[in-house]
Amino acid sequence: MSTKLRKNENTASSEKKMMTGSSMLVEALKEENVEVVFGYPGGAILPAYDEMYKDGVNHILARHEQGAIHAAEGYARVSGKPGVVIVTSGPGATNIITGIADAMMDSLPLVVFTGQVATQVIGTDAFQESDVMGITMPITKHNYQVRDINELPRIIKEAFHIATTGRPGPVLIDLPKDVSLETGLFDYSQEVNLPGYQPTIMPNKLQIRKLVEAVSSAKKPVILAGAGILHAKGSAELIEYAEQQQIPVVTTLLGLGAFPGEHELFLGMAGMHGTYTANNAIYQSDLLISIGSRFDDRVTGNLKKFAPNAKVAHIDIDPAEIGKNIETQIPIVADAKEALKELIAQNGVRGQNSVWNEDLKQLKQEYPLWYKKDPSIIKPQQVIECIYEKTNGEAIVTTDVGQHQMWAAQFFKYNKPNRLVTSGGLGTMGFGFPAAIGAQLAEPNTPVISVLGDAGFQMTLQELSLIQEMKLPVKIVVINNASLGMVRQWQQLFYDERYSNSLVPVQPDFVKLAEAYDIKGMRVENVADLEKTVEEMLNYDGPVLVDFRVAPKENVYPMVAPGAGLHEMIGVKPE
Amino acid sequence: MKRIITATVNNVSGVLNRVTGMLARRDYNIESITVGHTENPTISRMTFVVVVDDIRSIEQVLKQLNKQIDVLKVADITDEAIVSRELALIKVFANAQQRGEIAAVINPFRAVILDVGRETMTVQVTGDQQKIEALIDLLHPYGIKELARTGITAFKRGHKLPNNEQRMTLIN
Repeated sequence: MSTKLRKNENTASSEKKMMTGSSMLVEALKEENVEVVFGYPGGAILPAYDEMYKDGVNHILARHEQGAIHAAEGYARVSGKPGVVIVTSGPGATNIITGIADAMMDSLPLVVFTGQVATQVIGTDAFQESDVMGITMPITKHNYQVRDINELPRIIKEAFHIATTGRPGPVLIDLPKDVSLETGLFDYSQEVNLPGYQPTIMPNKLQIRKLVEAVSSAKKPVILAGAGILHAKGSAELIEYAEQQQIPVVTTLLGLGAFPGEHELFLGMAGMHGTYTANNAIYQSDLLISIGSRFDDRVTGNLKKFAPNAKVAHIDIDPAEIGKNIETQIPIVADAKEALKELIAQNGVRGQNSVWNEDLKQLKQEYPLWYKKDPSIIKPQQVIECIYEKTNGEAIVTTDVGQHQMWAAQFFKYNKPNRLVTSGGLGTMGFGFPAAIGAQLAEPNTPVISVLGDAGFQMTLQELSLIQEMKLPVKIVVINNASLGMVRQWQQLFYDERYSNSLVPVQPDFVKLAEAYDIKGMRVENVADLEKTVEEMLNYDGPVLVDFRVAPKENVYPMVAPGAGLHEMIGVKPE
Repeated sequence: MKRIITATVNNVSGVLNRVTGMLARRDYNIESITVGHTENPTISRMTFVVVVDDIRSIEQVLKQLNKQIDVLKVADITDEAIVSRELALIKVFANAQQRGEIAAVINPFRAVILDVGRETMTVQVTGDQQKIEALIDLLHPYGIKELARTGITAFKRGHKLPNNEQRMTLIN
């Protein structure tokens, strides 16, 4: 499988040449060393596709635009490089809205090109016209409509810069068809000049000193690590800092892997389905150090009951996140890695927190994540656990949203960064499967396990055709409980078991479905066959789908009920 | 509480939409907004009057504005030494007998009469918000047929006055 785009022969000194808008686009992709582009052609973007064809751009044809953008997100998450998406105007553009919003919420760097109708008909409700600028303004980090061919190189360069620096995010370029056909001067050598966009990278020394002092006097410190550490590639620094100061660490869902899942100081994931220990550590802490996390409501639970005794230090590259949800005593606007480096360098006096650490260690032993095995039926947690054991954790896991996502977060331990690709902020069903495609392209030699619910998978399963075409060895794990599991769980717990539209008894035969796409399909219903099937799946050289028939009414525990505080968890121990 | 915020922004298409859209979706209430370009035609100045519950909210407004790529500089100037002006056009009911009386009422406000109709007079007044409110109040008894206000535009005075404790400071 070749994923390398032909490199520009003269990248070092980019020539200033007259060329069409679509040639500029292709040239700019080379300048940015883009290896792969995800997309779907259509009328308004035809000139760009023509140029990509002539130039041999490595373009991945998804079977639906939503598949293309989620694949680009998966690629961005795993590779750390921007995901590039190209689609046409109107429906092409509106089909990627979910992906753009998803990338915005989870701070994933994307550069998205949308075709647009010609400038002279914009505003006339022309064929396949939609106000993409207006629609995407609230869900992009920035967006552009190109009205002048001579601005195109600058705009593309700015887009890549904005998408990948500071707090990453999606940037969209709306390219009218006539502009892509016009000829102008291509000059990619200009430096990006954005006076209104100057992210703060280095931490304020005074605030760092305040934090060092706070750590020295803290008896119950805890670090809450988020995805900002992964974006900053600061995982090694986090480990060093936590070990230096002996501060226990909890992570958010998106932060899993920022700190080794099997590390002694690791308490687990925090939040609604986090561990009892992690949540109680936050609740009881006297110093909460949040690094690259944004105090999402799924992490904090009831804000009024959140970390009531803690002094809060918040390190974030986005100043708007500091003080947004939680009052902060020590605000540090900085890149997570740079802030951690500075903290390590300060080598402050360790706090008197050995009793605290011991208490937490005991709590961790007393309240492990749990589920009850049943010899007559496969438990979903068991599937995840089995996959973790058989892969030794050496795999990338992608998920949708819901029960399977939480089990994949709980029972698979992420010891390295960027091994979990999941839709956190937006909570997008249909994300995990296409994201696996991007993840596999980013790391062709790492096993990619796409853990999906039976319902979410059906939202974007058309991409089976793509993985079959590309022979991508993605392992599709359908955690099949014949229901919208998390919805059903909430209905059971909070709506007196009125299962409104959450039970889905009519399903396709997933094995036959896979076979229809010429993909190996398997089914496992008995506990006795579980291990064997997982092994067969992992050893199979190529794409494979396994329909895991699991206990239909299994719930995700422990749980912070809506409105409750983090310490008020239900289902912390087996009954 | 009402706060006056000024922002300099790139004078590009859609920038007003970006700013007001952000404020609306983050649930902030804009009382008035004025926009026009500055001495540099590529840069516009916006002046907002925003109604917020507390200082933390205004800090969020400032930060969210700052986050916009096209926003260059943002400041809450409420507690600064500022010049702020608003213009109002007031069409007030006035028969022939009342015209002189109304002219006398508006005189201390240095308002001017722009137009006189058979039943109405149109008055233009500029000044700070209090002055405009006061004049509108005085003209109310005659009956106001139409009222148009521009909203506040403002910036800091050239000469800074010392001693200002309640200044807004932005984190970093």
